Amino acid sequence: MNTAVLISTFLAASIEVIEMVAIVVAVGATRQWRGALAGTLAGLLVLAVLIAALGTALQRVPLSPIRVVVGALLLTFGLQWVRKGVRSVSRDGWTTGIGEQQVEEDVGDGFDWTGFLLAFRGVSLEGLEIAVIVVAFGAANHAIASAAIGAAASVLLIGALGAASYRLVARIPRRALQLFVGALLTTFGTFWANEGLGAGWPGGDLALLWLGVFYMAAALVLVRVVSYWRRGTLRRLRAAEPLTEGGSR
Amino acid sequence: MMLWNWTRKVVTWWVVTFVTGDDWSVAAAVGAGLLATWGLVRADVPAWWLMPLVVIGATVSSLYRAVLRERG
Repeated sequence: MNTAVLISTFLAASIEVIEMVAIVVAVGATRQWRGALAGTLAGLLVLAVLIAALGTALQRVPLSPIRVVVGALLLTFGLQWVRKGVRSVSRDGWTTGIGEQQVEEDVGDGFDWTGFLLAFRGVSLEGLEIAVIVVAFGAANHAIASAAIGAAASVLLIGALGAASYRLVARIPRRALQLFVGALLTTFGTFWANEGLGAGWPGGDLALLWLGVFYMAAALVLVRVVSYWRRGTLRRLRAAEPLTEGGSR
Repeated sequence: MMLWNWTRKVVTWWVVTFVTGDDWSVAAAVGAGLLATWGLVRADVPAWWLMPLVVIGATVSSLYRAVLRERG
């Protein structure tokens, strides 16, 4: 069992799982729980099959090229989360919020196929991102089982929390998590891409630690810097307003 | 034709979701950084420092452009 892969996958998958739970709870609460849960199970089944198929196929490929490809993929994907996290935290602070899920309320007596499809679509689309994370983390270490267990634990734990109390799940600070996990994915991405290319790291595997701290610190500094840029932009806009109004008169 | 359209949509969605996001220049910088790292490794020059620099540089530049875009 590879504990580092298990924990990393658990954390990385948790963001997508929170979104999954939000969709399923919204569909279940406003339409029909039976349809929503059936859609969820179908979506999770698709996810499991996808991970098993991709994971098995990738076990036979040599490690170096996988690490370059997976590293590059994690880098671009992780950096998207870092950018989103920095932008939203610098704009709205470290507040929570996973958004209101809009679901139409028009349910008959029978099985709710619309609810089924809504839940299935939500779970399978968010699940696709989890599948990529699981396969990436698992393949780059030849530890698909550890990665799959990490993701499954995330689905079970956050899913159970969501079932017990939607408000509890909504309290998980998604923006902070997005920033943190984005930095984590970027760390692994940089590490594996360099390893795959043969560039190596001073300190070997310990580089994961200082690289993670470096990216996390950089993300926190960037939150402050982007807030400063925003305030500067606002000040310039406010200063320009009277001139514009005067000019138009 | 339908299969082609469907495949194109799936590939576009995948690339946008996992690679380019809202700023393709970051993905391009990552690609260029990896190529440069490969080149340095081939030339027996230590190259571990390059990617972290590229990552930070591309992120700062992307965020700055995003703030400017918000201004309109």
